Amino acid sequence: MAGLEDLYREIILDHYRSPRNRGELETPPAHRAEGFNPLCGDEIVVYVDVDDEGIIEDIKIGGQGCSISQSSASMMSAAIKGKTLGEARKMTTAFKQLMSIHETNVGGDGSESELDPEAEVDTTVKLGDLEALQGVVKFPTRIKCATLGWNTLTEALTLGSAPADPASPIRPKNH
Amino acid sequence: MTKLDIARIRADFPILNQRQRTGSGIDRRLVFLDSAASSQRPTQVIEAMDQLYQHSYANVHRGVYQLAERATQAYEGARAKVAAFIGATTPDEIVFTKNATEALNLIAHSWGRANLSEGDAIVLTIMEHHANIVPWQMLAAERGIEIRWIPVTDQGELDLSNLDRILDGAKLLAFTSMSNVLGTLNPVEELVAAAHAHGAVAVIDAAQSVPHLPTNVVDLGADFLVFSSHKMLGPTGIGVLWARQELLEAMPPFLGGGGMILNVTTDSFTTAEVPAKFEAGTPPIAEAVGLGAAIDYLEDFGMQNVRRHEVELTAYALRTLTERLGDRLTIYGPPEPAARGGVLSMALKDVHAHDVSQVLDEHAVCIRPGHHCAKPLMRHFGVAATARASFYIYNDTDDVDALADALVAADEFFAL
Ligand SMILES: Cc1ncc(COP(=O)(O)O)c(C=O)c1O
Repeated sequence: MAGLEDLYREIILDHYRSPRNRGELETPPAHRAEGFNPLCGDEIVVYVDVDDEGIIEDIKIGGQGCSISQSSASMMSAAIKGKTLGEARKMTTAFKQLMSIHETNVGGDGSESELDPEAEVDTTVKLGDLEALQGVVKFPTRIKCATLGWNTLTEALTLGSAPADPASPIRPKNH
Repeated sequence: MTKLDIARIRADFPILNQRQRTGSGIDRRLVFLDSAASSQRPTQVIEAMDQLYQHSYANVHRGVYQLAERATQAYEGARAKVAAFIGATTPDEIVFTKNATEALNLIAHSWGRANLSEGDAIVLTIMEHHANIVPWQMLAAERGIEIRWIPVTDQGELDLSNLDRILDGAKLLAFTSMSNVLGTLNPVEELVAAAHAHGAVAVIDAAQSVPHLPTNVVDLGADFLVFSSHKMLGPTGIGVLWARQELLEAMPPFLGGGGMILNVTTDSFTTAEVPAKFEAGTPPIAEAVGLGAAIDYLEDFGMQNVRRHEVELTAYALRTLTERLGDRLTIYGPPEPAARGGVLSMALKDVHAHDVSQVLDEHAVCIRPGHHCAKPLMRHFGVAATARASFYIYNDTDDVDALADALVAADEFFAL
């Protein structure tokens, strides 16, 4: 078992208290996706603005959540701003690997499986501050908090390339 | 009224008698404050199920051999205990389901499909558990039914100021007797009377109240009432639907299969009498016996005494937490202990419920962070999640003190 200090590193608390890139972007041109953690009710909104060259020009984060989901999203926004889409995807994969999740299908349905020991870790990707979140792995229920922003980013970027198809809510008819 | 001997009660719950080694290596007494999600169960319940499996188990209502006869008697005996426990006039009004959720789905599916059609209106409240929302939304989506909502006040009580307008022309009112988030006790008899005055049937989600308060369905005047065994010291896997017999008799079956028929030909089937009509397939036999044992256990103390203990403990908790945390801690719901059950939804200033619970786990205090399956209510209060502590027969002031200590520690840990 790990102590609280393994989970709540100083840099995590710093990003939680002073989140970077909080706010909204105009849609369009920005893409917007919402992510939910059905376990705890956390909701996150990711806005990304990608230019013609495929560079993430701007990113903003909205919603509310715990220190782990908020700091992870904040660090993510700082890390991918100015990066290409390809770099952002690689970083997403590297972060998931840090969380012991092996992505079978990064751009697709977000299905996840246990870490495949054979899966190669791309050591050229530098996660920097994000590595402080490594301690989350020892608290399995919190992994979903750490990956919430990343899954939502993936969705925002996927929506960007395909026609928008938000999960259609089931509504009572007639009103 | 007699005071409960909590030390003696706790001795009946081996699971509470353990220590937890926390992440930083400290050994602490386990403090279980999550009974609103699911309670623990005493050895008496576990042994009753064990006894059945070891000595008296067979499928029910089928065999003619003695073992099957004993199993059937045990299963039907449990039904009679449930009926007596909630004041039903006959055990035939008790249908065993998988849980409260299935019981609500049964009502929506069976009564709902037989009685509601396009353009009809039904009424729910903003403080419902998803179990009493989604089955109705599914039906509404299929049938074109309007769902109206009774709002809640900022104190976390139902806002009944427009009740007559909301109920006007409605066919059904489904509401919780006690909020699983706020602990609010709703005015059940008043709501049932209002529903009936408008010609609507009244469905009571009593998942949170039956385990903690005396319940009498005849006094409440209701039409349907549901609850789950696992929240009242019984096993998982069994819940209860109570309904007035004429309603059950008029309703079409829910699930089809063995046990619910009188006759089957290649062309058609005829249904068995109630309650068998609604119990297709092999039922949760040992679970029913366990639920019966849980009822015996609770009745040994008396539900009045259980309730009194929880009111006292809730009053102590409200006082202690306010003293220790002041305005750092928001406690939602009615401030008056007698107006609520032993459920406290809390928000620690600037600390998310998930983080609060993580620090509390470090103190071996088990509470629940989240939306508690009541997202419309959470939205009303503008929060994504609360930290919920809930009490039962085995909790005492030491548990509340441990909760307060742990909350102070969480506040300090996350302080700027
Ligand atoms: C008020 C209320 N209704 C319904 C339910 C659903 O109970 P179950 O999950 O046992 O079906 C719960 C339990 O979480 C509840 O608190």
